[in-house]
Amino acid sequence: MYFTLNGKRTRIDAHPMKRLLDVLREECGLTGTKEGCGEGECGACTVLVNGLPVNACLIPLAHAARTRVTTIEGLGGRHPLQRAFVELGGAQCGICTPGMILAAVALGPRPSLDRMRTGLAGNLCRCTGYSAIYKSIRKASGSKAMRKA
Amino acid sequence: MQGLISNRTLLEPKSLADALRMLRDEGPLVPVAGCTDLYVSLNFGTLDATRFVNLWGLDELRGIRVRGNVLSIGALATYTDIIRSPIVRTRLPMLVAAAREVGAVQIQNRGTIGGNIANGSPAGDTLPVFAAADATVVLRSADTVRRVLFSALYTGYRRSVVRADELIAAIEVPEVRGRQWFRKVGTRAAQAISKVVMAAVAADQPRIALGSVAPTVVRLPSTEAALAAGASIADAQRILLDEIAPIDDMRSTAEYRRRVAANLLARFWNERKRG
Amino acid sequence: MRRAARAVGRNVLRKEGADKVTGRARYIDDLTFPGLLHARTIRSTIPAGEIAGVRCNFGTAGFTIVDARDIAGRNIVALIDDDQPCLAERAVRHVAEPILLLAHADRERLLSADVQIEYRPTTPNFDPQVSSTSFKIVRIDKGDLDAGFAAADLVVDGEYRVGHQEQLYIEPNGVIAVPEQGRGRGITVYGSMQCPYYVHRALMVLLDLPADKVRVIQTETGGGFGGKEEYPSMIAGHAALLARKAGRPVKLVYDRVEDMLATTKRHPAIIRHRTGVMRDGTLTAMEIDALFDGGAYATLSAVVLSRGMIHASGPYRCDHVCIRGNAVMTNTPPNGAFRGFGAPQTQFAVEVHMDRIAERLGMDPVRIREINALRPGDTTATGQRLGKDCSAIAVLRAAVARTDFNRRRRAVVRTASRQQPALRGIGLSLFFHGSGFTGSGEVKLASKASLALTERGARILVASTEIGQGTRTMHAQIVADTLGWPYERIEVNAADTGEVPDSGPTVASRTCMVVGRILQRCAEDMRARLGGLSPRQYLRKHGPLVITKQYEQPSDITWDDDRYRGDAYGSYGWACAVVEVEVDRDTWQASPVAFATVHDIGRVIHPILAQGQIEGGSAQGLGYALLEHVVMRDGAMANSQLTNYLIPTTRDTPAMDVVMLENPYAHGPFGAKGVGEMPIDGPAPAVINALRHAGFDLREIPATPEKIMKAQISSLKSSVTLET
Repeated sequence: MYFTLNGKRTRIDAHPMKRLLDVLREECGLTGTKEGCGEGECGACTVLVNGLPVNACLIPLAHAARTRVTTIEGLGGRHPLQRAFVELGGAQCGICTPGMILAAVALGPRPSLDRMRTGLAGNLCRCTGYSAIYKSIRKASGSKAMRKA
Repeated sequence: MQGLISNRTLLEPKSLADALRMLRDEGPLVPVAGCTDLYVSLNFGTLDATRFVNLWGLDELRGIRVRGNVLSIGALATYTDIIRSPIVRTRLPMLVAAAREVGAVQIQNRGTIGGNIANGSPAGDTLPVFAAADATVVLRSADTVRRVLFSALYTGYRRSVVRADELIAAIEVPEVRGRQWFRKVGTRAAQAISKVVMAAVAADQPRIALGSVAPTVVRLPSTEAALAAGASIADAQRILLDEIAPIDDMRSTAEYRRRVAANLLARFWNERKRG
Repeated sequence: MRRAARAVGRNVLRKEGADKVTGRARYIDDLTFPGLLHARTIRSTIPAGEIAGVRCNFGTAGFTIVDARDIAGRNIVALIDDDQPCLAERAVRHVAEPILLLAHADRERLLSADVQIEYRPTTPNFDPQVSSTSFKIVRIDKGDLDAGFAAADLVVDGEYRVGHQEQLYIEPNGVIAVPEQGRGRGITVYGSMQCPYYVHRALMVLLDLPADKVRVIQTETGGGFGGKEEYPSMIAGHAALLARKAGRPVKLVYDRVEDMLATTKRHPAIIRHRTGVMRDGTLTAMEIDALFDGGAYATLSAVVLSRGMIHASGPYRCDHVCIRGNAVMTNTPPNGAFRGFGAPQTQFAVEVHMDRIAERLGMDPVRIREINALRPGDTTATGQRLGKDCSAIAVLRAAVARTDFNRRRRAVVRTASRQQPALRGIGLSLFFHGSGFTGSGEVKLASKASLALTERGARILVASTEIGQGTRTMHAQIVADTLGWPYERIEVNAADTGEVPDSGPTVASRTCMVVGRILQRCAEDMRARLGGLSPRQYLRKHGPLVITKQYEQPSDITWDDDRYRGDAYGSYGWACAVVEVEVDRDTWQASPVAFATVHDIGRVIHPILAQGQIEGGSAQGLGYALLEHVVMRDGAMANSQLTNYLIPTTRDTPAMDVVMLENPYAHGPFGAKGVGEMPIDGPAPAVINALRHAGFDLREIPATPEKIMKAQISSLKSSVTLET
């Protein structure tokens, strides 16, 4: 089974019904994708499949075949959202952060507050009360790199 | 607690015909689509099935189109597909409203209309829409095609007339005349399971369907008839209460569901002439 | 070294921020070890009774199986009363009590292992009001209650109830235990936790090991909120027992359902108020009775109750006060630490009660608080005389002015027309929170902190944990400015009991005010010793330098533990919250549509981190008020999954207007007080007061739509009049 993981064609030999979450963490060694609930409620396992945010705890490996999968590791470390989450308090304990940032990537440039609220409703954060997350996204949206992306 | 994976088999059909043959000859098989319900059951170890058939790649089941005057939505259409579809937005806006209320973006990107119907939860958010729209479910097996009225699909709590060798292929919605109305009531603003969910069409012969108030989604023929005959809203509410059978559970109470259902009826009826 | 720009008061970058946003930060479930076994806990399924038999219906080859007989030391989770077994031997006191432990290299084998337990059930008690077992009774007396009631023009009674609340850190609990091979037989435990030295002590007692044979290392921790204060000692014990028996590393990470079923929650409580008041609004007598449901074992109930009772009369002056608290046993999983630690429960009651008193007097909610709020020179219920760092009036006035509260309150009523689909109300609460351990607690803890000189600067050695709140960053700021060095030159050691001294637990809003102050004293000493030398010069000339200091109680603090008299806390934070709610007429769903709060937390070390504490705590408080409902059925949480226990999402959380006042505390580092807990004390009563203003008479949280429906005051009907 092949898919493109963070831009690299990747071959996986695992049970087709293994959760994408477990494949990423155990087979690919990418532990930035977290498990918070195992039922698609918390969004800590959010990754992008063909650019769309999905819960990796609810996706069988078979459904990742031939897709483009992006995890937090795929953003490198210089993505404007990453920097803004550090600067403006969007990350506290950090466990929801990778999923939150990927969901934020999918919001596109300059999202309105309403769009952020709707687009992040599937990502629970227990630390921030969300305000600092909106500020972080707003700041990153204003950056040049984000507008280009 | 997660169930075991190693004893599971996933069949990979190349086409719909292939899938239907597998269901007939190699069943029983659990169809696998968006997985947003199925994987919760598997992750929590509440489903013992070991044999599955993967439908996700069958693009034949994916389209949204209008044939004649009938809107046909393939079973694999996701909530996101629904939300983004100009056809659905024009013809069945109450379905778009329902799709927006399902889970959150991650679920909307994977969960399918066929899955919502097949899962058959009385709280399924899109089901009152199909009930109110007089939709028809297209059931296919290797040898047959059946069209079943949506209102005749469910026979009891999470039970339906769909046979083990059949798949839900599409849902067909005839043109809906009249103002469409949808309201979901959950405990929180997003990502909540419905405590009451209602879809309705305002017309001379109004159509009203409710979820989470009975073992299956329900249409309210007596309430509809009363409103059509010019009954007062208070009388219509009393009739509605005879047509539903809500229960107390960990999410809400029967009394709350009754009172909210009656309030929503009034809200729908009072708003019917607006905008 | 060059003179640095000051770090305190600036938004320096979070120490571990880059790791958290890139996925590099390693949480417990991200770690593995060679030869690792996975573990599983077999738990009771009944709330009360005796274990009659345990049967393993599986081939046990390759399994490590542990029960109470494998415990070398004492079978307890060492904490305060030592009444909770690590593994049940015969008696079962609650559902989900651990009985048997399994470990296996293969997770699937582990999951499919079938264990049957037979019981002789006894009759459980789930009602705290009829419980015959008390874990702790607290009584606070001030003045003469009878005289206070005699002076009153009016006596107002009220009963208030609060439910359980789940901490719901997004990272579930988990540990890995790694046994030492060979003669030493020591053990190292890695895990998600707030208090490494609590775990350290519990393991010494359980395994009968000396201190130097137990090492506990905190891994990056995905939230705690009190939920990882005491329970990790239990999990660490389980993993350590398995690891020592197997001779291999053992990972024990809970899934969400197990975490919610088995671990601690906020104590439910029933609180009764009887208050004497004069016609002009002056409080003359406050009589308060509180009953806390401790669950099946004592755990931290005694100290939760204690803090709850000290805060029970709110931030108000009254000469005649009697507060009686009782924490009792029920056959439910033990309740424990959760942000606020008893104070959210009791301040919910007093703040809702204050509005009811005002209503009876025909007075507005601001005026009654203006009249009675504590001022410098006043005394609290324990007789503590407050100094200049008391800001109750200041936060009240600032919040009222900022939200234009009185005008809004009138305007909301005027615009509440029948045509609108929603009813609106606005309410406020005034609250306070003591920083640090109660009474003589800090003296008994005798916390230590160390500072080591490095080539570049200094390294902080404390057991205080970073759990999201910014411990590392804030400590480094305090040290940097005290030394006059750049923030970047201050490193923070892992919270590893093998390397850091016992700085006490990371709880009780003490990490900045108490531990931060000890670190500041270390830094002051280091600076003096260096004279004009750079770190490198000093190290070359004098060799390594590690400075360790211990907590010193300010000389002006006195406390009597037996009589509950004196200075309960070194300092208090003060806050006022204002909430506007909208209630849908059809569904009785209440949404907080506007939220503002003013917090005095002393000197603000890091504005963004501090504001993050206030916003996050307030969001949890709004969840406590409206959404978070633990459904207990037959002694177990029936809704133990995230689909059914609902915390606020983005769409349930309003924009927050946060103002921080900085009234410094003389003995805090740079004047800082505590901040972590206070924000959760105020939102719930403000919401209930706003709901009252909207026409709903509630005295209980969570205020679910089902309860709001029943609380509708009859003169204000919903859009439809319906008798059912």
